[in-house]
Amino acid sequence: MNRNRTDRLFSYLFLGAGMLSVLILLGIFLMLLINGIRTFAEINPLEFLFGSTWNPSAYEKASYGIGSMLVSTLMVTLGAMIIAVPLGIGSAAYLSEIAPARVREILKPILEMLAGIPSVVIGFLGIVLLGPAIASTFGLNNGLNALNGSILLAVMALPTIVSVAEDAIRAVPNSFKEASYALGANRWITLTRVTLPASFSGIIAAMVLGMGRAIGETMTVLMVTGNNLSMPNSYFDSIRTLTATIAIELGEVAYGTTHYFSLFAVGAVLFTISLLVNIVAEWVASKFRY
Amino acid sequence: MSMSENLDAAKLKVRDLRLSFGDKEVLKGISMDIPEKEIVALIGPSGCGKSTLLRAINRMHDLVPIARVSGEIFLDGKNIYDKELDVVDIRRRIGMVFQKPNPFPKSIAENVAYGLKIAGGTSGKNLQDVIKTSLEGAALWDEVKDSLDKSGLALSGGQQQRLCIARAIAVKPEIILMDEPTSALDPISANKVEKLMLELKKDYTIIVVTHNMQQAQRVADRTAFMYLGEVIEYRPTRELFESPIHDLTKNYISGDFG
Repeated sequence: MNRNRTDRLFSYLFLGAGMLSVLILLGIFLMLLINGIRTFAEINPLEFLFGSTWNPSAYEKASYGIGSMLVSTLMVTLGAMIIAVPLGIGSAAYLSEIAPARVREILKPILEMLAGIPSVVIGFLGIVLLGPAIASTFGLNNGLNALNGSILLAVMALPTIVSVAEDAIRAVPNSFKEASYALGANRWITLTRVTLPASFSGIIAAMVLGMGRAIGETMTVLMVTGNNLSMPNSYFDSIRTLTATIAIELGEVAYGTTHYFSLFAVGAVLFTISLLVNIVAEWVASKFRY
Repeated sequence: MSMSENLDAAKLKVRDLRLSFGDKEVLKGISMDIPEKEIVALIGPSGCGKSTLLRAINRMHDLVPIARVSGEIFLDGKNIYDKELDVVDIRRRIGMVFQKPNPFPKSIAENVAYGLKIAGGTSGKNLQDVIKTSLEGAALWDEVKDSLDKSGLALSGGQQQRLCIARAIAVKPEIILMDEPTSALDPISANKVEKLMLELKKDYTIIVVTHNMQQAQRVADRTAFMYLGEVIEYRPTRELFESPIHDLTKNYISGDFG
């Protein structure tokens, strides 16, 4: 007789849990928006987005253009994806389709442990190992640049991409593969023509999660990309991303100033980018869902 | 008798085929001849090895690391387990239709074209022709001719199974293996597939695993009764059902066990 009541209680509980995460998301966005919007009392939004000079503490006239940081963020993210996506999907395909069970059981946990390395440690490696390596390979006098950041972000996004993509590839029903083999396809053809396309929506999800990691990552890029605010021309230039700017400046800024609010606006821009990436990915994935 | 003449020129000859998964022997020395352009039904209780035998015929067990096969299966006199032979080539000559319809998550046209595309060389007009004739051959063309771009998974179960048959015949195999092709279908769809099998017999040799003894009697020229990994009795269908020799066969077809 109590069953109905318990049922209802649980449905409310789960509804509450679901709503909570939506509320938190909404709250964060509102906080960024309400604070960030006050920037535009003094700054032209277009100048903010496309201006390439960021100098809030200038002696005469402060400038709040995030253009170069925006480009920097997009650059390291794109670079990281160019490296991590093919590697990640390749590893995922290897783990789920080719590797013997024993190899997979060893490799996958190791890969996932990679995700647990603190970003500060990765940044450390970037400064001590990768930086000098890049400098000597390309004959630069400084290896702290966008390329360094891209490579490290790729390493950090890789575990997520591999793990999620592997699950997606493994979820493809065996019957699809059998049908392909029975028509005379070999492993490679089956993988590229049947298995990967069938898991495409999951692979997109893997890419988006990896990309989210790359866009939002702060500590590593702050450490290894050289902290240069000018507009980058190539991957060999030092840069500074949106996230690094917030991390560096928010602790020092005077409360309630335009500079203070502008950092919230930077956060809102980051948030919007992630949101857009997610929406586009969701749309693309829905086209391929079966 | 014409049937035994047929056997001399058997399309497929299975000789002392043994197969085990790990320690478990599933096929214990199967020998049988499958004549060309006939339908042969494999019947028997669950676990008797009939599906395993079927899958051995186009080497699907190659994909199972613990499967060990000995013995021979001759296709037109050549042993398909010969190391010299290319398994891809064998699977093109011996197509397969599965128990559960398994079209790819692709369009109807792409499903049918898959086998040809991966073999390479066929394209454009020619490919369109093959798609049409294959779908016609599978008695599906009239139902899907206006929606070839629709996903194969949007079709009904019975249509999906006929799509899978169209996909199998598109590569012009010589033998079609069918693993309980109607067991996941409603009676009307199952009936369509059965009719189609009789139609396909004109051009193809068909081996079908079935749990449905009426189906075996309706479609099969010969029937093999299998039990615990052995062929107990393999004879023209009518003889097997009307005057079974072995008690095991008799008990099974009268429904005493299964």
